[in-house]
Order: sequence, then structure tokens, then C-alpha cells
Amino acid sequence: MEYFTQQLINGLTLGSIYGLIAIGYTMVYGIIGMINFAHGDVYMIGAFQAMMVFLICGALGISWVPLQLALMLVVAVIFTAAYGWSVERIAYRPLRGSTRLAPLISAIGMSVILSNFVQLAQGPRPKPIPPVIRGGFKIMESDAGFVVQLGYLQIVIFLLTIVLMVGFAYLIAKTPLGRSQRACEQDMKMASLLGVNVDRTISQTFVMGAALAAVAGMMVTLYWGVNDFAMGFVAGIKAFTAAVLGGIGSLPGAMLGGILIGLIEAMWSAYFSTEYKDVAAFGILVLVLIFRPTGLLGRPEIEKV
Amino acid sequence: MATMTMTAAKAAPTALTVALKEAGMTAFVVFMLCFLMIGFETQATQGQPLGFVTRFGAIAWGIVLVPLGRVALVLDRYGHAMPSLIGGGIAFLYLFGGAVISLAFDIPIVAYNEHIIGSDLAAAGGIPMPFGDPIVDAIFGLGALYIVVMAVLTLRRTAHGELTLEAREAKEGRSSARAKRLSLVLGPTLIVVAIIIPFTPFSDRGLIETLTLILTYVMLGWGLNIVVGLAGLLDLGYVAFYAVGAYSYAKLSLDLGLDFWASLPLAGMFAAFFGVALGFPVLRLRGDYLAIVTLGFGEMVRIILINWQVFTGGPNGISGIKKITFFGFPFERNAPEGTVTFANLFGLEFSTMHRVLFLYYVILVLALITNFFTIRLRRLPIGRAWEALREDETACRALGINPTTTKLTAFAMGAMFAGFAGSFFAVRQLFISPESFVFIESAVILAIVVLGGMGSQVGVALAAILLIGLPEVMRELSLYRMLAFGVVMVLIMLWRPKGLLAHREPTILLRRGNGRKKKAGALA
Repeated sequence: MEYFTQQLINGLTLGSIYGLIAIGYTMVYGIIGMINFAHGDVYMIGAFQAMMVFLICGALGISWVPLQLALMLVVAVIFTAAYGWSVERIAYRPLRGSTRLAPLISAIGMSVILSNFVQLAQGPRPKPIPPVIRGGFKIMESDAGFVVQLGYLQIVIFLLTIVLMVGFAYLIAKTPLGRSQRACEQDMKMASLLGVNVDRTISQTFVMGAALAAVAGMMVTLYWGVNDFAMGFVAGIKAFTAAVLGGIGSLPGAMLGGILIGLIEAMWSAYFSTEYKDVAAFGILVLVLIFRPTGLLGRPEIEKV
Repeated sequence: MATMTMTAAKAAPTALTVALKEAGMTAFVVFMLCFLMIGFETQATQGQPLGFVTRFGAIAWGIVLVPLGRVALVLDRYGHAMPSLIGGGIAFLYLFGGAVISLAFDIPIVAYNEHIIGSDLAAAGGIPMPFGDPIVDAIFGLGALYIVVMAVLTLRRTAHGELTLEAREAKEGRSSARAKRLSLVLGPTLIVVAIIIPFTPFSDRGLIETLTLILTYVMLGWGLNIVVGLAGLLDLGYVAFYAVGAYSYAKLSLDLGLDFWASLPLAGMFAAFFGVALGFPVLRLRGDYLAIVTLGFGEMVRIILINWQVFTGGPNGISGIKKITFFGFPFERNAPEGTVTFANLFGLEFSTMHRVLFLYYVILVLALITNFFTIRLRRLPIGRAWEALREDETACRALGINPTTTKLTAFAMGAMFAGFAGSFFAVRQLFISPESFVFIESAVILAIVVLGGMGSQVGVALAAILLIGLPEVMRELSLYRMLAFGVVMVLIMLWRPKGLLAHREPTILLRRGNGRKKKAGALA
């Protein structure tokens, strides 16, 4: 039971990170109907920039942890958002209204460019940083002496995720920006006829997705403490899997899918084998898609003839 | 153009103000992209926490040069192409020329910021250039070349006047027809060139090996073309079948002692069987769902290859795979008693080139078989059903075509050719490991199909030459190779979104439309 609780906590932490990345995929897919393959690499860049801010803080002598965290969050989000914007502007906007595969290929190209750019600019070796937040609460202890711990860092990750989700739900539901996003999602041509600036809305979507990916990158930098240029790929496909699992195009679905993938991964590693945890995640995805092709929370597609 | 005149009438911004605004915007974006990622370089030293050094000089140059390029493009838009032509030309000659001179004559390049810091002015005997790295300077030089080309195009356009809509459509039609004619001529030419190239004086071992690699990807591209180009199924895990083929040959040759020619059909069968087994549960899915599931399958196969140590050798892979034979006659210098080697058979002096050349012709024949098969299949009912399915699945279902079995045959066909290519890969490398079957391989093969112009056989060959050949030729770029690969991928897509040779139309078509009605009428 204690072991299970611990895995639950770990899985939820991992799931929060996947969920935040998955939102970026699902929003882009919802609006322009393409898989943004470069999104995983944007997340990697977010992690690198957060790490860079941490190192600069150390050099400047800022050692108060809340200030460090706040700086990492704000700076990484702003600078990574610029990457999201640029990727869309360079590789996707010129291909709007083209064939369905053209933006997919340029997205894969963009992903290759970003990861190799980071490899060139920062070197191929993994970058370790010391843990920023240590310690945690002891929740329970079994008779055998197994301690279930909820780390302070894990609490920070949960709180940040919840705050972001609430803020995001508000943004989509109540603000003019969210309204124009939903309008574009339903019918891009009609939205532009009604005075919504479609190009700007899509840019904003990419900026928002990249910002959330940057938060996820910051969390992962703090949680695992090691970044390398290739980390975007695996996290990216798992997050995309999460988005599909939850029902692509649906924001709560992306979060739910992310948490499920995180839990499956943690539980599978704990009770079966670490090697095959990715196989388990994909296996569940295949099963869900076979029996519920639109994902858990997705709306069924209406086939038009 | 219309929107531009409208905004011009509203606020009447001059070219200069627009250029300044855009330049400022560009400078801001460049700063945002580069400040943390290029401005600081992490340095890991043994036993010490991660540190960093700053490189602000390079960013400063980026912030100056990139907006200048932007200004040139804005000036083009307003018809003042002359200044951007001159400026771009000078920048190109300086940046690219300097980089070429440096690489050709081995003269070091000195970064300007090193001068600014003044670390060692006297020792700076090289060419002063903004970035101090010939390749980065050359990249900026190519950017300048782009500006020159855009300026020349603008000058031509202003000389000839704008095209009307009809003229543009006619031009597009012409270019599509030209692509078709081109591929009719280009196809046989390429085949002839491929056959005679080993006998030309400038062929050497390196060239033949590069060509063998390119042909492997051409074959994979043609195989995937059946799935993506003809049947319209987006498969992101194609490399899984390639892996099945490679491991089949490795296991069959090592455990059962079969030689390449006996294993080849078996490997194809195994891969096709895998295609059916993986495809059956998921082919009901549409479009992007299928893409992600195939991607997942590709990753699953790779993970299983890594972890099923007993059968696949795990991450170490399988080595010592049997070499190819000339239909039973080995390519050996010293054959064991009683066997006739290839050299003995034809009374030739033994040479290691024999095997290399033979492998080259084997993959050429295999690739051409794939091509021939695809072309013939397109004319069969099953091929037409694939194309119809690509265009409209619902209509197909209404016409009584079973989408699942039709898709499954496409999947199995594509997988079979990947299996052949995989066992060829194993017999060429003599060593295989899961490293060779990562997602990026699937992405490369898909990119070859899409860049070639979906459904165009010659286009696939051209794209393979571009994407696989160019990086091989530019091995000296080493670290920048993959970066260049990504850039080429994005640029080709932006330049020709429908692919290099795009004339995607069903093989058999009910003729309609203005220009073609006459033909139909004449037939009637």
C-alpha cells in the first residue's frame, strides 16, 4: 500500500509534466489540424533556458530559492515563447492551405534543426545541475520502514500545474483571445470573415503552447536535474500520445491523458519492468484508440461526404 | 498586392518606415532566440558544478546582420530592389567567399569580437569575419545569396509586370506538365546512369558505397510510396519493417545457416506478415491517429529489439552476419576446400571491389523491381482501389470496396519491400543494432516520399539523392550535417509544398474541366 502510494505520487508528478506538454500539441492540433513535431524540442529548449537562468542566478549570487524559481519560470517562459512563435512563422505559416503532409514534413525538419542547433550551441553531453529544492513531508511509514515521501518539489509541481490549468481554462473560456481561438478551431474561414485575425490567433496559440512547454521543461530540470539535447523527442511523443489518449483537441483531455501516461509509466516500472514502460504506454494507447477512436474525452468526428 | 495597396492608402507608410519597423521586430526576435541559447555556453568540467562562458559577440553580429537582410527583403517588396541587390551581393562575396577561401587554403578565420576584446591583435593573421567559424559565416553568406536571388526576381518582375490570375494558372499547369515530361525523360536517364556509373573513370569505392546507400533509401522510399503515396496512409513507423527484414536475415543466416538468396524472400514474408499483424487492429483509424499508432509501433519494435537480449543481442546488436555470395559462389580470397569463389568462376584476379559492385547491382535490381511492381500495381484493380481510397474513403465504402482489406494489402506490400531492403542492409553492413532503426529513419524515408512529390517515382529517387547524397558528400561539415539536413527539409517544403516533381493525379481519371472536355468529346 505504501509502495503504491509512493508510485501514485511519482506518477502524478510525471503526468503533470506530460500534461503540460500535451496541451501544446492538442491546442495546435485543434486549430490547424497538424501534429507539431517540433513541440518536443521546444520543450527541450525550455528546459535548457531554465537551466541557463539557474546558472546565471548562481553567478549573480541570487540564492533565495523562491526568487530563483520565479526568475527561472518567467525568463524561460518568455524566451521559449519566442521559439514557439518563430517556428510557426518560419515553417508553418507559409504552408497554410497547402497539402496536409507538407507542414508535417517541415515540422519534422524543424525538430531536427532545433535539436541539432542545441547540440551545436551547447555541446552534446548531458548537463547536470544540483537539486534546487530538497526534502519533503513524510506521509506514511510502513512496518518494514518504507517511507512514503511527498517532496516539496512535487508539491511545487502540483500547485503550478493546477494554477496553470485554472488560469488556462479561464483564458480559453472567458477572454477575447480564447474566444477567437475557439472561433478559429470551429471554422477558420468564417472566423476571418467575422474579423478575427486568424494568423495572429494561431501565432498566439503557438506562443501559449511553447510557454506551457517551457514550464514543463523547468519542472523537469528541477525534478531530474539533467538536460540533454535529445530529451525532446521521447517526451514529445509521449506527450502527443497523451493528447491522443485524452482526445485530441480537448484541453482537459490532454491533462487527463498526460496524468494517465505518467501513472502507467510509474506503475509499470514499479510492478513489471522499467525497460518496457514505453511499450506499456503505447500499448494502452493502441487499445484505447481501437475501442474509442476519438480518445477518452474527444468528441466523435462527424463524417461529411 | 491588393491588401498592400489598401494599407498604403490608409496610413501611407513609406518603404523606409516599414523596413525600420520590421528590422526592429526581427532584431528583437533574433535577440530572444539567441540570448540564452547562444549567448551563454555551458561548460562541464570534471568534478565541478556546471559553469558557463558568455559569447555575446556572435549575438551582436546576428542582431545586426539578420535585420539588415529583412530590410533588403522589405525593400524588394516595395520595388527598390537595387540597393538590396548590391548590399546582398557584397555581403555574399565577403561572407561566403571568405569562408570558401578559408576552407580551401586553410587560412584561419578570426572573429571580429576577438579583435574587439583585443586579446591578441598581432596574432590575428587570418581573415576577419563576424563569427569566426567558416561554416557559420558560410551560412550567413547563403542568407545573403537568398537576398540577391530575391532582388533579381523582383527586378525581373518589375521589368515584365505582374502576372494576371489566368497567366499564373496557365504557368502552374505548364509547370505540372513539365514535371510530368521531365520525369518521363529523367527516369530512364537515371537508370542508364546508375547502370553504367561503375564503369566510368571517376567511380571509386567511396562513390559506389554512397550510391548503394542512396539506392537503399530509394527502394525504401518506393516501398513507402505504396503506403503513403498510393493508399494515402500516413505511416510514421516504417522503419519497424526494415528492422524486421534486417533481423530476419541476421537470425536466419546465423541460426539456420541460410544464405542471403534463400533468406531474402523469407525476410520479405516475415515483414509483410508483421505489416498485416500490426495493421489489422489499427487500420480502421484515420489519418493522424494512424500516424501516431504507427509511430508507437515503430518505437515498440525498437524497444523490444533493445531489451530482448536472448534473441536480438540487445543494444549490442548482431555481428558476424554472413556475407553475400554470387548465387552461391562466395567473394573470398581464400575459399575453403572444394568451393569455387566468384573470382575463380570468371577467372578474375581477386578484388574486394567485386563484392562492393555486386552489392550495388543487387540493390539497383531490388529497387527497380520495387519500382516496376508499383507501376504495374497501380494499373491493377487493387492499385486503383488504393488511389480511390486515398481520395475519398466514404465514397469507396459506398462502392463496395472493403477499406480494411484494401489498406491491409497496401500495408503488407510496403512492409514486404521494407523487409527486402532490411535484409539487404544487414548483408551490406554485416552488423545490425537497434541504433539503426530509430524514428528519425522513418522520418527521413517519409520526407523522401513527400519531398519527391507523393506518388511520383522519379521524384522519390531525386529526393533520396538530395537528402541522402548531399549530407554524404558534405561529410566535412560533420557536426553541421544534421542541421543542414533539417534546413534542406524545411526549405524544399517551403519552396515546393507539393514536392519536387508534383503531378499527383489518379492513374486513371474521368476527364473533365474546360481544357480537357474536348478530348472526351472527341472520344465520344
